[in-house]
Amino acid sequence: MLHEPATPAGKDPAGPYKIRLGIRMFILYALFYASFVAINLLSPSTMASIVVAGLNLATVYGFTLIIVALVEALLYDWFCRKKEAFYIQAEKSEGKDKA
Amino acid sequence: MAIIVFLIFVVFVIGLSLYLGNKTKTSSGYYAAGGKIHWGINGIAFAGDYLSAASFLGICGLIATAGYDGFLYSIGYLAGWIVALFVVAEPLKRLGKFTFTDAVDANYNSKGIKLAAAISTLVVSICYLIPQMVGAGVLVEPLLGIPQSWGVVMVGAIVIVIVATAGMASTTYVQFLKGSLLIIFSTVLVGAVLIRGLSTQPDQGGQVAFYQYTHLAATKTGDKLSVSEPGWSVFEQKDIKGGLSFVRLGHDGTETWWYVSDTNGATGAITLKETQSVVVKADGKWINGAPASATNQLRLVGNLEKISGDSAAKTGSLSIFEFLAALTDKDTSVQTWKTAALTDSAGEKVTVYYPKVVAGDQIMRPGLKFKVEGTLLERLDFLSLMLALFLGTAALPHILIRYYTVPSPASARKSTIVAIAAIGFFYILSLFMGLGAMVNGSINPADSNMAAPLLARTFGELLFAIISAIAFATVLGTVSGLIVAGSGAVAHDLFDRYLKIKMTDHQKVTAGKITAFIIGGIAIFLGILFQGVNVTFLVGLAFAVAASANLPAIVMLLFWKKTTAKGIAASITVGILSSLLLIAFSPDLYTLYGLNPLDAPVPLSNPGIISIPLSFITLIVVSLLTPKAKAGTEAKAQIAG
Repeated sequence: MLHEPATPAGKDPAGPYKIRLGIRMFILYALFYASFVAINLLSPSTMASIVVAGLNLATVYGFTLIIVALVEALLYDWFCRKKEAFYIQAEKSEGKDKA
Repeated sequence: MAIIVFLIFVVFVIGLSLYLGNKTKTSSGYYAAGGKIHWGINGIAFAGDYLSAASFLGICGLIATAGYDGFLYSIGYLAGWIVALFVVAEPLKRLGKFTFTDAVDANYNSKGIKLAAAISTLVVSICYLIPQMVGAGVLVEPLLGIPQSWGVVMVGAIVIVIVATAGMASTTYVQFLKGSLLIIFSTVLVGAVLIRGLSTQPDQGGQVAFYQYTHLAATKTGDKLSVSEPGWSVFEQKDIKGGLSFVRLGHDGTETWWYVSDTNGATGAITLKETQSVVVKADGKWINGAPASATNQLRLVGNLEKISGDSAAKTGSLSIFEFLAALTDKDTSVQTWKTAALTDSAGEKVTVYYPKVVAGDQIMRPGLKFKVEGTLLERLDFLSLMLALFLGTAALPHILIRYYTVPSPASARKSTIVAIAAIGFFYILSLFMGLGAMVNGSINPADSNMAAPLLARTFGELLFAIISAIAFATVLGTVSGLIVAGSGAVAHDLFDRYLKIKMTDHQKVTAGKITAFIIGGIAIFLGILFQGVNVTFLVGLAFAVAASANLPAIVMLLFWKKTTAKGIAASITVGILSSLLLIAFSPDLYTLYGLNPLDAPVPLSNPGIISIPLSFITLIVVSLLTPKAKAGTEAKAQIAG
């Protein structure tokens, strides 16, 4: 490392897992977002269809995109913390074994 | 009232900055708040940084005038955080020190990267600064009764104090404060809108009597137009591009402009609709047929003509679903306002604001602003915008530097999640605030940016004062972040790292403060220059520049082993130049220049669909032509921990 970070970050054995998970979740959301844009471009009148409680597809899809972003973010954090905890536990066990 | 709330806020913010300034002695403290900010505070500060004038003033204004199309910005801006969380947050935290340049250059130590990334940071920050300063001017004029340009100067001066005293530390707490207040009081405002419900004759909470615009019947025989009602004289008729036609009528000694709305070719019957107009005469501005004065200003507009087919309806309190459903109803109609410019027979410039009734089901779907059912080019333009919004967030330097203010990569991740929750919630509120302004007679037809504060004014001076002070804080928070990013690019990236000027830590902080002062001055100048342009539109362009210049470098650095230093530098350079040139020669900018947009050599207003792939391709081609180093591999190993 040629230019050190503001605060040093220790080794992160969960790093590769988090990168893989992040890319998968990103692709999932990107597809959902792309579908929204595609409907707007290819069949804009579909967006005016009433879907539920007097609300049209445009409104429902828009809100869903925002809510899904948060749900995915929370799930990602949950999986990351679980993996981080696993490695911390494994490291502790290893330390005990050595002792 | 508004002035008192505003002053209290400004004094508090400056006091906080001075207090934190005494504790900021090192460059780490100045640029990254020592990397000690709690992830929860950083998350809300992210929201405070990101929810700029574009989000609060611009998006609400755009929804108020273009309905659902304004909300598309909310969706795109929020979606961009997914890229930030899943792709950028933790790796960037591991790689960087203070700036975006640190991160992309972390494993290369390349002069080319340092120069290109520092210039990119400056360009993107300045592009983003312009709309913030424009928003500041718009806000201060009605709040303090001073000209817009003075508002811009005042905001610039306060921000320079904030940044030059304590850098990222004071900026973080100002952004945290502003982010919290913005979300809390936007919720209050939306609650008030829902409790009031909908009415076809909004009277601004009883403060301003509803103004019913008049229609006149007229006939046309040959070229001669005559008004059926007695007492009206026709002075001239002007046909302008787009098939629009306006007539200047005289009545009781007052001359006003009327919109030729419906014409029946068979009978010659015509409906004339009352408009609002601003005429620039030799003796000053005339508004609606009389000289402009404190009491003669443009009337605020925006109301429902019918609610579910009823033209004299008042709903009372509504739930969020009932509110949206009532507006989505095809039998609901909204009186929106458009703008046209013409020159009258005396050679005077006239701006006419004319009404246009739009059905609710059209308001609540895309199409009013973005021509999703238009030509292939118009559709591509929409696709280009949505692409830039999605990819732009994770490439904004002032957002990226916030990853260095927390202690660990896990904190960077958590603070991004807090930001997504806060920003997502605010963007849902933005739809209600924008629509609330649209139907509550709180849109200034000459400038949609004030829709949210003017909506608050319909609920009383206190809420207006608070919302305006928060909107002002919104500008302060974002501008502070941008100036920290810009000052880091010059003082840290260029002076310290690129030119290798020997400086002590204290001198580095001083260099950062001097740079902040200069960038603040540039921001003031540009804010005055771009007055009157919708701030969301300008931010959309800043996103396109950021996504084109920075994102390909970040993504390929992290995920493509063959990425080289030359590839990154070339990609950033091509991204900046291509996006800026495409914007400069686009139809929207031609309109700003006062030229015919149809003459613009670039047919797209949003450059992302060309400049982002171009930047990626440049990186790949140059990297393949300049194979070297295991730098990419090193970077990947580094981010993986």
